Amino acid sequence: MAASSTTNFSARPSGRASTFWQRLRSGDDIAYVITLTCALTILAITALLVFELYKNSAVPRHQFGWSFLVTTTWDPVAGQFGALPFIYGTVVTSALALLMAIPLGVGAAIFLAELAPLRISNALTFLIELLAAVPSVIFGLLGIFVLVPALVSIEPAIRSVLGWTPLFSGPFYGVSIFSAGVVLTVMIIPFIISISREVILAVPAEQRDGALALGATKWETTWNVVIPFAKKGIMGSIFLALARSLGETMAVTMVIGNEPKINQSLFAPGYSIAAVIANEFAEATGDLYLGALIELGLVLFGLTIIINGLARVLVLTTTKKGAI
Amino acid sequence: MTRRVFIVNAALVATLIGGVACGQQVPINAAGATFPYPMYSKWFDEYHKKFPQIPINYASIGSGGGIAQVTAGTVDFGASDGPMTDMQMKQFQDKRGSAILHFPTVLGADVPTYNIPGVATALNFTPEALAGIFLGKITKWDDPELTKANPGVKLPSSNIVVVHRSDGSGTTYVWVDYLCKVSKEWETKVGRGTSVNWPVGLGGKGNEGVSGSIQQTANSIGYVELIYAVQNKMTYGKVKNASGEFIQASLASVTAAAAGIPMPDDFRISITNAPGKGAYPISSFTWLLIPSKIADPTKKKAIKDFLAWMLADGQKMTEALSYAPLPQAVVAKEVKAIDKIQ
Repeated sequence: MAASSTTNFSARPSGRASTFWQRLRSGDDIAYVITLTCALTILAITALLVFELYKNSAVPRHQFGWSFLVTTTWDPVAGQFGALPFIYGTVVTSALALLMAIPLGVGAAIFLAELAPLRISNALTFLIELLAAVPSVIFGLLGIFVLVPALVSIEPAIRSVLGWTPLFSGPFYGVSIFSAGVVLTVMIIPFIISISREVILAVPAEQRDGALALGATKWETTWNVVIPFAKKGIMGSIFLALARSLGETMAVTMVIGNEPKINQSLFAPGYSIAAVIANEFAEATGDLYLGALIELGLVLFGLTIIINGLARVLVLTTTKKGAI
Repeated sequence: MTRRVFIVNAALVATLIGGVACGQQVPINAAGATFPYPMYSKWFDEYHKKFPQIPINYASIGSGGGIAQVTAGTVDFGASDGPMTDMQMKQFQDKRGSAILHFPTVLGADVPTYNIPGVATALNFTPEALAGIFLGKITKWDDPELTKANPGVKLPSSNIVVVHRSDGSGTTYVWVDYLCKVSKEWETKVGRGTSVNWPVGLGGKGNEGVSGSIQQTANSIGYVELIYAVQNKMTYGKVKNASGEFIQASLASVTAAAAGIPMPDDFRISITNAPGKGAYPISSFTWLLIPSKIADPTKKKAIKDFLAWMLADGQKMTEALSYAPLPQAVVAKEVKAIDKIQ
């Protein structure tokens, strides 16, 4: 490919017999040092973050040990702290959001990239990117004042279809794990659409021409050739969406109900890690209470790494072809 | 053109002179409670207009933050919706080598607010009813404890949905402090704090989160600050006080609660469930936390002057912003206490 010559050019010209002065003048070494510093800075920030979270959560770590991760009581007055309801809320709301956002987002991206006229595609993409820039507190307020009443009114319909499962049983107050999942869906869809669209557009025209020349229909070309080619990039957009939904704070806390309990039903209120940190950090006093909130931050960090790691393994084991 | 240059030059000179004046300014930094923030920002602004050399910057980071910052010495004074505990006072003493003083500034109150289809009047709540509802023991609106106190009101036989604050807040502290005083069971099972382990209910973030959830949920009840309820024209209930009267929260009934309790010398007092005629029982002071030793003489004078001004002229501005002013006896006592700042 044409890209290979560029790659050689940007690599360090170590084999060539050139003086340091020449290399410096050509800018290669300068660029190398500067970009290396940038990369190391990111590493250093991450390491520092983990170190600070670890150091400042010493009190609850010593007091509760691993039981912090598996107990369910959160009582600041009595000094009892357990993270399980928050872990549960974070994982379930994000999973719900992905479940709804992936088909919608990828579907929309395919339409915009492959099927829609360019002018419409560009206009819609602009709007979608605008949606990605809306502050999350706005989504939260829309959630409380628009989405929650709407969900309350369609709840009987959902219940009549899915009510036989324990997931949709019990009373529904509007604010719930389910509502948080829906708000997150709306928030992460723009990421999936806009990145997936770019990736699909970047699939080389030869791929499409080849498939069409072999007699494939337009849709067969898209589904069997273009999408598999763009699979890795689409997965990337989903990772980004997942990261956003795991860490989302304001919008979630406004619609999740903020009750640190684990309920079987998605219609019941719950709580997420980011939400409880935002809610209680400002007024938390005492080393144990503050430490417990900081340890929750550490747990969220670990959770993100584990989930992203698992997702990456999934991609590696399922992706055979694809270049983007 | 020349004219323009002249104007620019004049502006530059003015800035320079202003800059020199700025050099003599004594910026005072404060941080703490969010509940009195509108009042404080008005006061600091008015005071700065009167005395341009004293700008006071206030960061409304929450009461817990205010206590932590003033203890660490990163701000000149703090502010809190709850008095500092003995342990916090000791921490301050150990760290700074001097005591911290509490100065009440204004009063606030929590009101029960609800959404029951078909009921638009102000309901009467007994302490037993409020404690029972928030403990999850009274679960229906037509419970005898509620119907007895509200003759003539037709209460539905629906389940009560409890809504509370999810964020740590002084509002929650006042509410649970009241419940602790009227219910032994609440005190032993839940206790007091800016965040507690609620036996029942949904959490809403901030006053707006609580009122939003109540508006969206039929048969719900929650609590918000009086000011928030007044500004948003919400319906809120009357609460039975320690002398057996059902009192609706108002600036007068909140000030009455403060007047009915003997004030200790350090001003650290909870006035929930206050005795006295016309006293609204879920009321509270909010405090400025001022170190008793201020090294910088200019700052010391500025802070003492501000306190004197706040207790005189400042108190006249409270009602316009829906805060209840301090009772006269408290003002007189505080004026004397200003001299404790050395």
